Amino acid sequence: MTPTGIVLGIESSCDETGVGVVGVSGDGTVTLLADEIASSVDEHARFGGVVPEVASRAHLQAMVPTVRRALRTAGVVPSDVDAVAVTAGPGLAGALLVGVAAAKAYAVAWDVPLYGVNHLTAHIAVDTLEHGPLPPALALLVSGGHSSLLQVSSLVAPLHPLGATIDDAAGEAFDKVARLLGLGFPGGPFIDRVAADGDPDSVRFPRGLTGPGDARYDFSFSGLKTAVARHVEALGRQGIAVPVADVAAAFQEAVVDVLTAKAIRAATDRGIDTLLIGGGVAANSRLRALAAQRCTAAGVRLRVPRRRLCTDNGAMVAALGAHLLAAAAPASALDIPADPALPITTSLVGSSSSTRS
Amino acid sequence: MLVLALDTATSAVTAGLLRLPAAGFPEVLAERVTVDARAHGELLMPSVCSVLATAGVSMRDLDAVVCGVGPGPFTGLRVGMVTAAALGDALGLPVFPVCSLDAIAYRAGTGGPLLVITDARRREVYWARYDESGARIDGPHVDRPLDVPLAGVSRVAGVPDVLGLPVVPPQYPDPAGLVAVVATTLRARATPGPFHPLYLRRPDAWEPGPRKRVTPV
Repeated sequence: MTPTGIVLGIESSCDETGVGVVGVSGDGTVTLLADEIASSVDEHARFGGVVPEVASRAHLQAMVPTVRRALRTAGVVPSDVDAVAVTAGPGLAGALLVGVAAAKAYAVAWDVPLYGVNHLTAHIAVDTLEHGPLPPALALLVSGGHSSLLQVSSLVAPLHPLGATIDDAAGEAFDKVARLLGLGFPGGPFIDRVAADGDPDSVRFPRGLTGPGDARYDFSFSGLKTAVARHVEALGRQGIAVPVADVAAAFQEAVVDVLTAKAIRAATDRGIDTLLIGGGVAANSRLRALAAQRCTAAGVRLRVPRRRLCTDNGAMVAALGAHLLAAAAPASALDIPADPALPITTSLVGSSSSTRS
Repeated sequence: MLVLALDTATSAVTAGLLRLPAAGFPEVLAERVTVDARAHGELLMPSVCSVLATAGVSMRDLDAVVCGVGPGPFTGLRVGMVTAAALGDALGLPVFPVCSLDAIAYRAGTGGPLLVITDARRREVYWARYDESGARIDGPHVDRPLDVPLAGVSRVAGVPDVLGLPVVPPQYPDPAGLVAVVATTLRARATPGPFHPLYLRRPDAWEPGPRKRVTPV
C-alpha cells in the first residue's frame, strides 16, 4: 500500500545521532524508508562509558548531515514530510536538547506537526516496522540506561510500568563486567561474542531479586557485578588465569535468566500472550535464544526486532511518530523541553506547561 | 535582504528579524530577547515564530540566517546553533557564524579600547579585546577573572561587575549587533565561514584508572 503519510524521526538521547524516515498508510501500516545513524561510540570507548559532553558535541556536528542522508536514502523531498518526531526524553539532557531543537526547527520550516515522544515507547513501536500491528503486549525494555517491564495496551496510550531495575541497568552491567574481564566498550557485543565459547554453568552467579519475598517484576544487577568481581579477584589470589569465556557466559546467563523469567512471569500473571523485547540488550543472542525457548514453553508469542532496530535509532522515533500521526494525535507545542527524566507514562509530550505542572 | 538573527551563547535567548539595506545599519523589524539561562531550548523556537509573526514575514521570505557561535556555556550554545543549522538546511538558506563577543563589541561602539566579557560559569569568564577601531585584537579566551589582562583597556561590556572598570552597554549580543558584524559578507552574498561552535574548553572526561577491588588484597 502506498504511504499516505511520511514521518521523519530524530533520536539523540545518548551517543547515536539517528534519523529515520517512515511511511504510514491509510490502514495504519508503517514502512521503513530510511534509518541513518552517526555514532560517537568510538570517542567514548577510552573513557569506559558515554561522556555526555562528547556525545552532545557530536550530535550538533552530525544532525543536519544525518537528516540530509535520511531524506536522500528514503527518496523523499522535504515537501513530502508530514510530521517530525523527536525523542524528548528520557536520556542525557544536553544530548536530547540538540535533537529537540533541531526537530522544532525542521517542523516549523516545513510547516508540519512536531511530536516530542518517549524514547522507551519508541523502542516498542519500532517492532511494528518488522512484525506489523502490535496487539496488547508485555514489553521488556533492556539497554544501557533502562531495564523495565511494561504493559502495553496501545502505542498511542500511556504505558503501564510493572517493574524496573532498582540499581544498574542490564546493559550497564554488561559494560562493567566487560571492563572487569578486559573486554571492550560497549560491553554487550564483546561479552556475547566471547561467551559463545564459554560454559554458562561453570559458575553459578546470583540471580538478583528472585527470592520469594522480593519484588516480582523488579531487577537488580549491581550485586551480580560485584559477585563477578569477587570471583575474578579470588582466582587472581590463587594465581589462576581467569577463564574469560566461562565467566562471560556464566554472567550473561545470570542476566538473561532473570530477565526472561520475570518477563514470562509478568505475562503469565497478567494473562498477556505477547512478549516484546526491545532496547540495545535485546541484540544479545543468548537473551533472544532463551526468550524464544521460554516463550514457546509458556505459550507466549515472542516479538524481537532485528538487531539493528534494537539499538538506538531514528527509525523507532519515526515509527512512533507515524502511529501518532495515523491516530491524529495533537502535535506537541513548540515550547516543549527536553526532559531527561521523562516518565514512562508520558508517550507524547504536549507542552512545557503540561509536563512541568 | 531579510535576515533572521539568533544567539544563545549567554543567558539571553535572542531572536530577531532584520532588514539589511544596501548601505547602512540593519533595521530591526522585530526582536525578542528573554534572559533565562535555563530555558534556551523551550524559548528559542517560539521566539523565532513570534518575531516572524510580529513582522508579518513568512520563513520562506528569509534570505539568510545569522547565528552567534559563542563562546558560550555548551548546552545553551548548541540550542541556537542547531536551530540555525536546521532552519538553514530546511529553507535552503546560508547560515553565517558570528563570534558572540564581536556582536557585543559592535554595539558598544567606538570610544576607546574595549574588553568584552561574558559569564563562562565555573568562576571563569569568556573574554576578547578590541582596539579603538573596534577590531578584535585578542581572544576569545576563557580564564578566571583575575587572569584577564586589563592593560590599556578603558571600558568593559558584557558581564559588568567583575573587574571594576567603566561599564558600557550592551550586556548581551543583540540581533542588530549580530547582523552588523557580518553585514559586508551578507551583502556580498559570499559563502559563509565554517559554522563551528567556540567551546574553548575540552569536555570533562577522564580515562578511568585501575578498577577498584571489591575484596581486600
